[in-house]
Amino acid sequence: MSDEANKGLLSPLRRKLLMGMAAVPAMTMLPRASFAQAPATSAVNTTGLAVTDTEVTVGILHSATGTMAISETGSIEAEKLAIEQINAAGGVLGRKIKFIQEDGASDWPTFAEKAKKLLVNDKVAAIMGCWTSASRKAVLPVVEQYNGMLYYPTFYEGLEQSKNVIYTGQEATQQILAGLNWIAKEKGAKSFFFIGSDYIWPRTSNKIARKHVENVLKGKVVGEEYYPLGNTQFNSVINKIKLTKPDVIFTDVVGGSNVAFYKQLKAAGIDLSKQALLTISVTEDEIDGIGGENIAGAYACMKYFQSLDNPNNKAFVPAFKKMWGEKTVIGDVTQAAYLGPWLWKLTVEKAGSFDVDKIAAASPGVEFKGAPEGYVRIHENHHLWSKTRVGRAKLDGQFELIYETADLVEPDPFPKGYQ
Amino acid sequence: MFGDYSLGDLGSIFVMQGFAGLILFSVYVLMALGLAIIFGQMGVINMAHGEFMILGAYVTWMTSNLFQAYLPSLFSGYFFLAMILAFVASGALGMLVEWALIRHLYKRPLDTLLATWGLSLMLQQAYRSVFGAREVGVELPQWMLGSLHVTDSIEVPINGVFVMCLTVLITISVAYVLYMSRWGRQVRAVVQNRIMAGAVGINTEKVDRYTFGLGCGIAGIAGSAFTMIGSTGPTSGQLYIVDTFLVVVFGGAASLLGTIASAFSISQTQSTLEFFMSGSMAKVLTLLAVVGILMLRPQGLFALKVRK
Repeated sequence: MSDEANKGLLSPLRRKLLMGMAAVPAMTMLPRASFAQAPATSAVNTTGLAVTDTEVTVGILHSATGTMAISETGSIEAEKLAIEQINAAGGVLGRKIKFIQEDGASDWPTFAEKAKKLLVNDKVAAIMGCWTSASRKAVLPVVEQYNGMLYYPTFYEGLEQSKNVIYTGQEATQQILAGLNWIAKEKGAKSFFFIGSDYIWPRTSNKIARKHVENVLKGKVVGEEYYPLGNTQFNSVINKIKLTKPDVIFTDVVGGSNVAFYKQLKAAGIDLSKQALLTISVTEDEIDGIGGENIAGAYACMKYFQSLDNPNNKAFVPAFKKMWGEKTVIGDVTQAAYLGPWLWKLTVEKAGSFDVDKIAAASPGVEFKGAPEGYVRIHENHHLWSKTRVGRAKLDGQFELIYETADLVEPDPFPKGYQ
Repeated sequence: MFGDYSLGDLGSIFVMQGFAGLILFSVYVLMALGLAIIFGQMGVINMAHGEFMILGAYVTWMTSNLFQAYLPSLFSGYFFLAMILAFVASGALGMLVEWALIRHLYKRPLDTLLATWGLSLMLQQAYRSVFGAREVGVELPQWMLGSLHVTDSIEVPINGVFVMCLTVLITISVAYVLYMSRWGRQVRAVVQNRIMAGAVGINTEKVDRYTFGLGCGIAGIAGSAFTMIGSTGPTSGQLYIVDTFLVVVFGGAASLLGTIASAFSISQTQSTLEFFMSGSMAKVLTLLAVVGILMLRPQGLFALKVRK
């Protein structure tokens, strides 16, 4: 971070950019000032949350064990980094953040139970957590009943909105539509083959994608296939793809199946530099398991890539690697998880209170200029305004940014005409 | 659905679909062989079978890293050494597990289910602690990637052919060991009558240990081979366990031929159905058919004729 600041001093333009966008160094000064005049606990905490004169407690609730640990580890790491950085910059309303980490163990009832424990016993001021939609659906009634605040990082299918949840990932239309528009324009794509894992997220996403392809792009969906989670054999569907010769393969296969799918696609002689493939389920994290040589050339539609070239990200990536090791990679959701603690901090400062009701009310309009993905802002519906980006996978497992929307895309969790 | 396609297209798809079925068949046989030995011959319900496979996969990953770091010139051949190491590692772990856990449970076969399930959870967490929660990517030598170009529209995946050859090789070896060798006769004697086998001087404990080790070792080879087609992570073993039991139970325990026949029928049904409908529906119909046949023939396709 300090390197970035020094470079900024050398170049006036760079400096301007930094002042405007990379709020991280700037924040070092702001809260320090407020530290001296930290408001009284009785004033900022009227509902009995775990806030003292010097500390505030938040919860981290992800799967550190079980099947989902593969995906959720990155989110845990990002949230801890954000909390450490916020503390180094003076904390929230003059208080250091202390976190209690609970393990959802990839089991949805456990998630609900642990969320209740965090809210009722530990009285945490906010929870950074959940990953799959199933875990969020299990936790949602708990945070609503006990009036907690959940920061949820994953891109998901939409069709949900709650006073008690801030969705820092993209809902389906934000992730899909711009990507489809781009590939239709860029590649002149008319025919699409959909393949996904068989559960709610791919099915909802593909439903939206199909409506968009048929009604807006005037194209054709030549196949729509679902395989059970964990399926490892894709040769038959690959043959179908070869038979129907779609312009674009559109995939939302997840988990271990993903690895099998790309390995078998490559083995079947489908060359992704010639056959366009657009995925909404592969980030840098997944490529680690798939292997860059198996997926190079594929397009992914996300809001963040580790390779993004902006000052915030150039500070974020080295800080992440310094904390978690040189070899770790940062995927879209990891970045979204990093936003959680920052957005909460900014909202608390805007509301001047830790009270959940005040935070929920103050959330719309909160801006985070230091986001590694660039600038984000919370919408009235508690989702984020963010850009949609398309990247092309490279041999080294990173993405090369190919396209990004000019403006922030409005979150629309209940899209009209797509249901 | 065929109206729009030329005859040539259909012909080549037919050929490739045939290959897809054969590859699935080989995969099923390879993953079920180890379990067929352990469940079929010893009656142990080994729920940790998938984890023994993944040990093989991790050994392959480590071997590939070692070769890249120290012997890059020999990288193209590392896979063969990796498979041998996978066999040794999984086999050794299997023998250890047999000694520490399984041998106390031979008289309580249902308890092996619980014990090995617990073992599978422990192994998963061990992999997670040692290798990290994220999946690892196993790098393959160049010659094993891509496909054989037969005609313009027919392409055969090299890794599929590799798995097929490996399956044939291992099946023949296992059949030879079980049915031709002196040790195989001892194994079968112990399975049929443990007390009598002991009475005629067979060291039944030793036979048990090596049989279990062999089953686990083959699982290790399977895991090693599957790094070509699937993922390698702490819980990847879970992806295979259901299909594996399906194949072994459907085939009829204690019958190698049954395992092969069952793998063949399940893989062909599934791969044909997958072509005509969605993957999930194909799976449902395949499972329905299996359940239906098992209701009519509870002992599975092939079963030893035993006087009851």
